Amino acid sequence: MTTETVTPHRSPAAPARESFWYLVHAEWTKFRTVPGWVIAVLVAIVVISAFAFLGADVGSSCTQTGGGHAAACPAEPTGPGGEPVTDAFYFAHQPVTGDGAITVQVTSLTGQVPVPPPGYTADGPGGQPWFKTGIILKENLSQGSAYAAMMVTGSHGVRMQWDYVNDTPGLAGNVSASAPRWLRLVRHGTTITGYDSPDGTHWTPVGTATLPWLTSTMQAGLFTAAPSGGDSTNATGVFRHIGLSWPASGWTGTNVGGTGPNGVPLPGALRQSAGTITVTGSGDISPVTGNTGSVNSLQRALTGTFFGLIPLIVVAAMFMTAEYRRGLIRVSLTAAPRRGRLLAAKAVVIGAVGFIAGLVAATLALAVGAPALRRTGIPLWPASPLTEARMVVGTGALLAVAAVLALAIGTIVRRSAPAVAAVIVVIFVPYLLVLGPLQGPKGEAPVWPLQITPAAALAVQQALPKFYQVTAIYQVNAGYYPYPPWAGLAVECAWAAAALALAFHLLRRRDA
Amino acid sequence: MSLQARVAPPPHPVAQALHAEWTKLRTVAGPAWLLAGVAALTIAVGAAAASAAQCSSATCGIDPAKVSFTGIYLGQAVIAVAGVLAIGNEYSTGMVKLSLTAMPRRLTWLFAKTAVLIGPVLTAAALAVAGSALAGRLILPGHGFTPAHGYASLTSATDFRAAAGAVLYLTLVALLSLGVAAAVRDSAVAIGLVLGVLYLFPLAAAVISNVPISRHLQQIGPLPAGLDAQATIGVKTLPLTPWQGLGVVALWTVGALLLGAVVLEFRDA
Repeated sequence: MTTETVTPHRSPAAPARESFWYLVHAEWTKFRTVPGWVIAVLVAIVVISAFAFLGADVGSSCTQTGGGHAAACPAEPTGPGGEPVTDAFYFAHQPVTGDGAITVQVTSLTGQVPVPPPGYTADGPGGQPWFKTGIILKENLSQGSAYAAMMVTGSHGVRMQWDYVNDTPGLAGNVSASAPRWLRLVRHGTTITGYDSPDGTHWTPVGTATLPWLTSTMQAGLFTAAPSGGDSTNATGVFRHIGLSWPASGWTGTNVGGTGPNGVPLPGALRQSAGTITVTGSGDISPVTGNTGSVNSLQRALTGTFFGLIPLIVVAAMFMTAEYRRGLIRVSLTAAPRRGRLLAAKAVVIGAVGFIAGLVAATLALAVGAPALRRTGIPLWPASPLTEARMVVGTGALLAVAAVLALAIGTIVRRSAPAVAAVIVVIFVPYLLVLGPLQGPKGEAPVWPLQITPAAALAVQQALPKFYQVTAIYQVNAGYYPYPPWAGLAVECAWAAAALALAFHLLRRRDA
Repeated sequence: MSLQARVAPPPHPVAQALHAEWTKLRTVAGPAWLLAGVAALTIAVGAAAASAAQCSSATCGIDPAKVSFTGIYLGQAVIAVAGVLAIGNEYSTGMVKLSLTAMPRRLTWLFAKTAVLIGPVLTAAALAVAGSALAGRLILPGHGFTPAHGYASLTSATDFRAAAGAVLYLTLVALLSLGVAAAVRDSAVAIGLVLGVLYLFPLAAAVISNVPISRHLQQIGPLPAGLDAQATIGVKTLPLTPWQGLGVVALWTVGALLLGAVVLEFRDA
């Protein structure tokens, strides 16, 4: 009896079935044919869009008319970019028409703060770190008009600032009689260039501001401001060697923004003596930051993300755990014996579902949330189209990565309840802890839970920019996150990648 | 023994149901590990939060009990999983058909499930809270929580009330989860609902700047209401008194259990 070589049975199925995309299609069919899962994803989209109102309409705690028991809305001036700004300082000015240049020597900046408010350090030699005095070219005397300024600051050296949000460093070191600072602003058409010099002969360009809204005549002169978080502070700058490129017409002192008892700064002062001008002022020229409660973040429209995450996480975890519960995993692995590819196909499907859901939901939420936020009366920080696009795409990515994380943890623990609980906990609890009970050494809430957990990804929705040149308490509940947007998302991606790697390893090693 | 005696109903159906459910709970490894996890996670997070806290003056206004019990934010998720799985496992394994065949009185079965869960979760919650309180008692005085800063003692009657509130809160969360699981019959959906109810109220309250609405959310949400029962300073300014807070959590729990009972009684298993 001879033994014959038996040809192994070959499936008549087309080789296309070996393709990865065929597997993705199979997993997509599994997903879309379970009505409960599709409904849950639709619910996620609906709650994210619906809760856009949570941060908006009911978030209004002021009224534009000042009636009722609600406080009157803050009436902030708006800068050239549409952003709410603080524009109150003391200005010694004279008009200048057309191009021109102004040069000064600053020999001193001093100031006092009675009691440093929380978040502000004690007085240094130049007062608070961002006390500022210098030269400024300003469109006109009304609040919020365009400007460019060269200044010396309390402890941040020489700066060039323009149009409230822009800030560029110049010479470092504090100003004093033995180390004076020379400042120069040159207007040429719609551009203003700032220069600084330690000696009045060697000049270095600091920055160039383009101010397309400038008219022919503008106000040029000397200014002093003393940002401190309180109104009872002021700073004093001493100027010498003032050089103007136009026929001088005498200085006029103005408190830009006025003075008064309530929220407006102390009156300033202008003193002229032989060769020396002294300018005393308070207030600030800066963007408004979120922790003052006087500016709204567009991120409030995306509050519903938390609500939408829960049904999505449940579905994403069940996408794998239901296979184990029903025993379907054995059929799936028979059909696709390369287990890693099965996991990858599931990740692609659930990630795409999460991404599309987030994209649609965030678009809807911003569409209904932004007008609702504007109606509250609190100024809304203008988000550029690029920022809005980042918030929308970022929300899609946040949901997609959360779904993949839930899928991976579901593969690791193979049980629905622990997987869902674990993913919800690592995203929600860090955020709650930062808002709630965690206390740092100085009494402020620590931010590390939002740096090391997947909750860091919420930074991708941040709509308010942080300003290095504005001292403020940049807290999470005011809409400021510890990481830049994409870095926060990267932390969540790292978690998902690590969980996916472990899931891949365990799926291949374990019996199904 | 006659045939009639063998098929006669047992003399104490409730006692038998309790015994059967206790045997199930005792002989499965999962619940024991979960409840150990409740204690371990709660104590670990509480000790970490206590180590990070610092009271530098008499006006720091930090509640030492809240700091010590920070771990409850995490521990309640684990105890909720234990509560959900007490019912959810019956459905996911198909055991429920056998259980209801043996115990056709469904409410008796649910009562037995609930009753046998109370003892273990109460024990685990007490261990978690006692460990957290002990960790706080050992760590906090070294971080400025001293009599000079207004923390005369960390073992006053108020502190014991806070600890008791924390234990009861965790126990009620476990029973709430059991009720929800009985109502929806699926572990994943049940845990999603429970954690949503727990975590979303404080998140929404933090986002809303309208003070009255935010305060109402803190009154009706089980997590913020339960936290009121764990506070020791500034009790008068809380949205609810400690026992009112615990009462709100109890209402949620009773509601969930009632819903679970109604669904169980009138729907196919």
